[in-house]
Amino acid sequence: MSTATPRSESSASAADDSYTSVYHLYEPHKVGLPKLGVYFKELWKRREFAAESSKAGMRGANSMTFFGQAWLVINPLLLALVYYFLLNVVSGKIGQGFDAQQMAHITGGLFVFYFFQGAVGTGAGSVVGAGKLILNTAFPRLLLPLAAVRTGFYRFLPTVPVYIVFHILAGNPWNVATFVAAPIFLLFITIFAAGLAAVFAALQVYFRDTSSFLPYVMRIWLYTSPVLWTIDALRGHRFAEILAPFNPLYALIGGYGEALQRGVFPSLSVWLIAAAWAFGAALVGFGFFMSRERDFAVRL
Amino acid sequence: MISLSASEQEQTTGVGGGTADEAAAKAAPAKTAPATPAPTSGDRGLVGGSFSMSSKRPKREGPTSGDGEYTFRDNSGRTDLAVSVQHLSITYRTTFERVPTFKNAIVRAGRGERALIEVNAVNDVSFDVANGTALGIIGSNGAGKSTIMRALAGILPPTKGRIETWGRASTLLALGVGFNAMLSGRENVILGGLASGLSRAEVEERANDVAEWAELGDYIDAPMRTYSSGMFSRLAFSVAVHMKPDILMVDEALSAGDAAFREKAQAKMDELRSSARALFLVSHALGSVKEMCSDCIWLHKGKIMMHASPAECVDAYTRFVKVGQTPATMEEL
Repeated sequence: MSTATPRSESSASAADDSYTSVYHLYEPHKVGLPKLGVYFKELWKRREFAAESSKAGMRGANSMTFFGQAWLVINPLLLALVYYFLLNVVSGKIGQGFDAQQMAHITGGLFVFYFFQGAVGTGAGSVVGAGKLILNTAFPRLLLPLAAVRTGFYRFLPTVPVYIVFHILAGNPWNVATFVAAPIFLLFITIFAAGLAAVFAALQVYFRDTSSFLPYVMRIWLYTSPVLWTIDALRGHRFAEILAPFNPLYALIGGYGEALQRGVFPSLSVWLIAAAWAFGAALVGFGFFMSRERDFAVRL
Repeated sequence: MISLSASEQEQTTGVGGGTADEAAAKAAPAKTAPATPAPTSGDRGLVGGSFSMSSKRPKREGPTSGDGEYTFRDNSGRTDLAVSVQHLSITYRTTFERVPTFKNAIVRAGRGERALIEVNAVNDVSFDVANGTALGIIGSNGAGKSTIMRALAGILPPTKGRIETWGRASTLLALGVGFNAMLSGRENVILGGLASGLSRAEVEERANDVAEWAELGDYIDAPMRTYSSGMFSRLAFSVAVHMKPDILMVDEALSAGDAAFREKAQAKMDELRSSARALFLVSHALGSVKEMCSDCIWLHKGKIMMHASPAECVDAYTRFVKVGQTPATMEEL
């Protein structure tokens, strides 16, 4: 018992930089969340991992080859065409010539929605897909869904020039809103997607069928968001107008569309709702993920 | 020693502790060899950590609730140790379903069941590892060997107790490197290195050494699904030894290699034993534990049965499982 000297405070402070120093102390976690300072410092230190893992994933999916890249453009473009015809058939406008305005709206919204859907979908599988790495390496797990969002973003980039073509065909304006407000809304969408990717990645560990119902959620979400229709279309429908702000993508994609396609600065309320959804989702999603992530190794 | 703050300080209450086990553990640095435990008749089989199935949601006890029972030694000022484990218990809940799904969860919830088992993988384990030690860990399947390794690497958090390590620990659990079979060996090596916190320059420099040492030739750039099991384990071993961890943990990694590879691995391990702070060898190859290790722990069902010299541990263990030291159990690596 002679060695049983009392514990001192210094060990607790040494744990603060436990990842970086030589001395590591592992103790039971008192509450759900790890020490955020250390966690995000480590996360930042390993950002290369997220980048490399995303790149490797894209190489694996042949996204880096010519036809892989081409497919990233052709796939959403074909979908945009399908929706364009569908809308025209439904509204009885078929045969009235090419409506470049509408096509620009559909492509602009659909491409960014595809980015969102892809990021969340890939993110959902990221933790379960990392299997052995989770079991045998200690690192901030949040890197995995974030890498998926990066992948989604890089798959979105090749569609931007395609949109620009339709933008020009439709004669849409180029102004400050296009170049400033639209990218900011794109950032909001990215942050929102990261939050959701984290939530679904954690859920997928517990319920492996999460990814099978995700596509249905996304499909409904697509129809209830201003992708195929514009924010103006709601005017006069009181019920829809009240409910719309509760759909995060209403403000996020709606604001993005207004700024990008019409060159209008969205109203303040749209800015605030979009920002609130984006940062709220990130806060809740990351918090949920981090509080569960130590459990992943025994659940995989 | 540094002054204590009364609130942080949790003295032994004298209620929880006091078992023979604990007393033995307290005197950890001096190797203790309790009398060889005889298998008790109530022992339900030799294999597997104890676990309980529960049909209801188990009570969520605060994970730290047990800390008050123990007094922890203050090791923060020491430099002679590589690893110190005090009163480590790891209990986790996991599902016994093959694939946990939302659908099954709902079906079970309808019946008032939950598909959870509580696994007491490690139970009040204490040991110290001094710098320069090669520690062998032996025990039956499910004794908690890999769980302890994961806890030392910071992958599994302790449920009770504390773990201190001086230096970066790298795990090499059986065939653990290639996590994505669609990516090439090199990509897997780079990703694994980046995840464990090395910089890109360090990783890329080491990736070449890894490939060269593992003698994979052009296969290093082929997808890992094309690898044979021998190539897999050669790569895994090569990664572990080239990432230059302070604390190297080897878990059954050499079993799939051919004779030439084993020879080479053996030489590398000898080299590492002198350079790394500590080396952990988790193995069923008792002969190699005897030969390579300077200290040994025998685990059984999450408890330390013996902490003594490798020869003593191996003798006691083989007597315990009644197999005797046949060529099969003593087989080299």
